[in-house]
Amino acid sequence: MIKILLAGQGGQGVLSAGKFLAESGLHEGKEVSYLPAYGPEMRGGTANCSVIISEEEISSPLCNVPDVLIAMNGPSFHKFTSRVRSGGVVLVNGSISDCYAGRDDVRVYDIPANDLAMEAGDVRSANMVMMGALCAVTGIVKERSILNCLREKFVGKPAVCEVNEKAFRAGLNAAERQ
Amino acid sequence: MAKILLHGTEAICEGAIRNGCRAFFGYPITPQNEVPEYMSVKMPQLGGVFVQAESEVAAINMVYGAAGAGIRAMTSSSSPGISLKQEGISYIACARIPCVIVNIMRAGPGLGGILPAQGDYFQATKGGGHGDYHLIVLAPSSVQEACDFTYKAFDLADRYRVPVMLLADGMIGQLMEPVELPPMRELWQIPEKPWATSGHFGKDRRILNSLIIKPEDLEPHIAQMQKTYEEIYQKERRADCYKTEDAELILTAYGTVARICKSAVNTLRKMGIKAGCIRPLTLYPFPDDTYRACAEKAQTKAFLSVELSLGQMVEDVKLSVEGKKPVYFYGRTGGNVPDEEEIVRAAQDALSKAEGRR
Repeated sequence: MIKILLAGQGGQGVLSAGKFLAESGLHEGKEVSYLPAYGPEMRGGTANCSVIISEEEISSPLCNVPDVLIAMNGPSFHKFTSRVRSGGVVLVNGSISDCYAGRDDVRVYDIPANDLAMEAGDVRSANMVMMGALCAVTGIVKERSILNCLREKFVGKPAVCEVNEKAFRAGLNAAERQ
Repeated sequence: MAKILLHGTEAICEGAIRNGCRAFFGYPITPQNEVPEYMSVKMPQLGGVFVQAESEVAAINMVYGAAGAGIRAMTSSSSPGISLKQEGISYIACARIPCVIVNIMRAGPGLGGILPAQGDYFQATKGGGHGDYHLIVLAPSSVQEACDFTYKAFDLADRYRVPVMLLADGMIGQLMEPVELPPMRELWQIPEKPWATSGHFGKDRRILNSLIIKPEDLEPHIAQMQKTYEEIYQKERRADCYKTEDAELILTAYGTVARICKSAVNTLRKMGIKAGCIRPLTLYPFPDDTYRACAEKAQTKAFLSVELSLGQMVEDVKLSVEGKKPVYFYGRTGGNVPDEEEIVRAAQDALSKAEGRR
């Protein structure tokens, strides 16, 4: 079982990345749960969601101590890094955040998601860069599953799909190099 | 059929639609806005009716009318909205009209907060509105159950001519999980309602009314309702037992909390404490037989009710246990949800208190 917390600013695609991840897990026949933190949110505010992917039935959908944190910006990196399980993984969007975790029992990957997304063609695909990095680091879902979900989601929008695929692969490579 | 990933609120809608719900009336409130959103798309497609009413009071009375005409009708809201609907619910119960009411509970009292809570247990199971009546109250704890229980709610409502409430906390409403949808039921498969005010067409005159002014008429009417509640109590009590066979400590919870309790049971067992969990699926009728059976076992030392409230279901647990074993309580309010470690600590406390009593 792996518990993933995705956090960032509203509009960075945190919630849709979480849904992608859950869908991909489901495609592989695994048990999944997706829980968005819903509060009195507003545009430009914070957004986060918990995704659990497991071989067995998921009892608690809560993710208070995640195995993996995906932090899309500085504030969420600093807010949630302390919660990550000892020995866990933190993927941080190095384009707009520092990478100092303040603890040495978690592995921090600096992924310049915004820069890589802009290279791929659209800064909005930064979430897919992080999905790529997640696949490379944890292998929790297969690349193919995420790509299939992408193609399903953007059916009829081949240009958007292509940008997202590029971003995804850039994330894969960036994480593999570290 | 393959499983698909669904939002809790969407699963509720699909459960309703697939069992013949063709009328939805609601008024927006977080955290259940996705229910009316989904229904506003689906109802017109299926030839049904969707109305965003001017208020909760209007919405429940629209359900009264539509369900009275024999249509399977539903409304949904969250705690403060359900309070507004109580007058209508009492009228519907008295007129013996089947319908489904969804309450995705948020933190109260008052306008409260929008995060998950279970503070409406008393309201749902002990009346809510005025007068002697009950609802059948179902408590799902997964997205799959949210779908299945809503589906079942329509059949229960029709069978007993009693309104059914689906009582879920905000987390069940917002969670996404894989769901296997039940098959779509055709409308002709739903049994005819020989009491519905569906037009004269040469039939005898039918009246649905909640004003029964003569005491000699009202008392037998209520007695008849009571007979139905008795039958419901005998036939419909349901609970899910998890590792209770050899348990010395019985945790009990419903909804989201029950899932966290299940995790806690596994952790406690790893620590050498034999714990188990009773999860009521029906909150009314309350599955007192399940609790009593556990209370009578020699190895059971204590019960611990875990709720997102200040202690509501725990009263029914105590009534069921009948003083045979100590019953303790642990709760959080305000939209906070306890994590596994918190429940494990509460369980250890409860057990040591119970052992100290001896």
